[in-house]
Amino acid sequence: MSNPQSAIRNPQSFLMCPPTYYTIAYEINPWMHIRRPVNQRRAARQWEALHALLTKRLGVRVRRLPPVKGLPDLVFTANAGLVAGRTFIRSNFRYPQRQGEEPVVERYFRTRGFRIATLPRQFNFEGEGDALAVGDTLFYGFRFRSDADAHERLASLLRRRVLPLELADRRFYHLDTCFCPLGGDAVLWYPKAFDRYGRTVIEHYVKEPLAVSESDARKFACNAVVVGHTIILHRGISSSLRRRLAKRGFTVAETDLSEFLKAGGSVKCLVLGLG
Amino acid sequence: MISETVKVSGHIIDSLILPKILDEIMDLNGTFEILELSIGKRKTNPSTARLKISASSRPALEMILMRLARLGAVPEAAKEVQLLRAHKDGVFPASFYSTTNLPTFVRFRGRWLPVDRIEMDCGIAVDPTRARAVCVPMVHVRKGAWIVCGHHGIKVVPLERARQKDVFQFMHSAVSSEKPKAQLIASVAQAMRAMKRAQKKILVVAGPAVIHTGGGPSLERLVKAGVVQVLFAGNGLATHDIESAMLGTSLGVYLDRGSLAKDGHDHHMRAINTIRDCGGIRQAVRRRVLRKGVMHACITHRVPFVLSGSIRDDGPLPDVITDTLRAQDEMRRHLHGVGMALMIGSTLHAIATGNLLPATVKTICVDINPAVVTKLADRGTFQGIGIVSDAASFLRELCLALHL
Repeated sequence: MSNPQSAIRNPQSFLMCPPTYYTIAYEINPWMHIRRPVNQRRAARQWEALHALLTKRLGVRVRRLPPVKGLPDLVFTANAGLVAGRTFIRSNFRYPQRQGEEPVVERYFRTRGFRIATLPRQFNFEGEGDALAVGDTLFYGFRFRSDADAHERLASLLRRRVLPLELADRRFYHLDTCFCPLGGDAVLWYPKAFDRYGRTVIEHYVKEPLAVSESDARKFACNAVVVGHTIILHRGISSSLRRRLAKRGFTVAETDLSEFLKAGGSVKCLVLGLG
Repeated sequence: MISETVKVSGHIIDSLILPKILDEIMDLNGTFEILELSIGKRKTNPSTARLKISASSRPALEMILMRLARLGAVPEAAKEVQLLRAHKDGVFPASFYSTTNLPTFVRFRGRWLPVDRIEMDCGIAVDPTRARAVCVPMVHVRKGAWIVCGHHGIKVVPLERARQKDVFQFMHSAVSSEKPKAQLIASVAQAMRAMKRAQKKILVVAGPAVIHTGGGPSLERLVKAGVVQVLFAGNGLATHDIESAMLGTSLGVYLDRGSLAKDGHDHHMRAINTIRDCGGIRQAVRRRVLRKGVMHACITHRVPFVLSGSIRDDGPLPDVITDTLRAQDEMRRHLHGVGMALMIGSTLHAIATGNLLPATVKTICVDINPAVVTKLADRGTFQGIGIVSDAASFLRELCLALHL
């Protein structure tokens, strides 16, 4: 039987959704501007490059979620829910614009034999976008998208400690935009995206917090995916961050995801850990 | 001090959520008492805290509760509102919640929804798909609508007593003719200016006594000066105003001399007949048949009015709405944005309007008979002040106080 905790800690297979219908159709975070449209061909190229990097270079198994017309943000699969073993905890999206994604992902996981768990409708919860594990503790971001009180339900579903952290900067609206577990006890994070309580909690429970500068945070340096000793980031991080990552034994793989940054997402937002 | 008990649970100790909640309460000038705190024995076990939070006023407490809700602490007593479907048009389910005129909230899917267009003696309909709650009069309920029933999950917010001394403090004493009127009227004028600054509408409900006592020209002045934004009246006020504008009399009495006109008893009928011949008040103004008076000023200064009929009306004027339910709806339509209601020399209309008004609307009832003012208060329109005065003298004084 699979262990739900290790499933979250070290996901070896991912879910991605091709950007066939990806566009900026609404504005639900400070990065999105309808007047700054997406170049769809370039977005498709960038997505394919990330897919190839994961599958061909790093040998990760990536499953494809079929895209659906009218759901442009389905491409950001990390927000679809949270996988724990053979259980899929489906997201309750805050904005009606994304609520249409809920039945699509639920159907996908159900047909693949996952047990579906949902939180009561009054709790907003945006999946792996706001829930990231370090060791056996799940860090849970709330305020802009997910609700604080959902953390208790999540903790009882997962039977593990869930530490809610209030996000303080609207630009970093999901936890995965300012907090990235690097495996083991290390975390890449942007401290100013949290208030002093959140910073204290992270500094107390994470042995090796690695802070990024504001300019790196704005380039979504924390929205990264770690596979073994490789960290995949959007192109353009500072050389000092690259050096610090290299010092910790990471190989930095940079890929251009500029078209997805227009919607406020980068590498991590595009993949959901399947375990 | 107003207080509420909230409960928060989960991993609130490790995540510093509980210390943060306590800090937030103090930052917002509230106080707390920890009623219960159980700490999870293992790190995966949740902890639970029950806190009694107190604040100096309802808005201050609401502010704290709003902030705490974001941190996951919810009022303990908050049960979900019970909804039942209406089984017939115009009929509520038997256990329906009957409203007051105070600001009301219903707890629906974990959130407090404000009830729109609150009015006393109605029901509350909830639209589950749009998460909206709205006050519905009995006649407007439709089969299948979700109606709030029972008493759970309903919060009625009492009106705040004003901290600063203001004219509406007078409402706490009994209505009396023995009060210094000049100061009271000056305060009313001041409150009216404040309404204007706050961009709230002032509604006047006037009875025919306004015209009989010679208060017509003062009311006309208030309309022309833009003090009055909506007028509610009946066939009587409009008829006698038009009679006085056309023939100089009110119920056959010359307003300037006070003497009876020859055959004056039929003056008001002639006035009604003339307006009916024109097709309505607006048409009479356009044809220059009606050249002055309160109704004329309403038309020329685009002040909307609702004239509702009664069983003893003569005529009536074509503008009078004789269907009571339609008149009520028309009145409701004009109540949006009203901040103050001035009711002068009218018993039926004052009570009818009082029934439709939310308690947040400041109400001033002016009548020569103290019983009318008391009656209004006894029927639940307790947010007002009463002034025992002759209608014309009050209006004249008010115009002076407003420098008109």
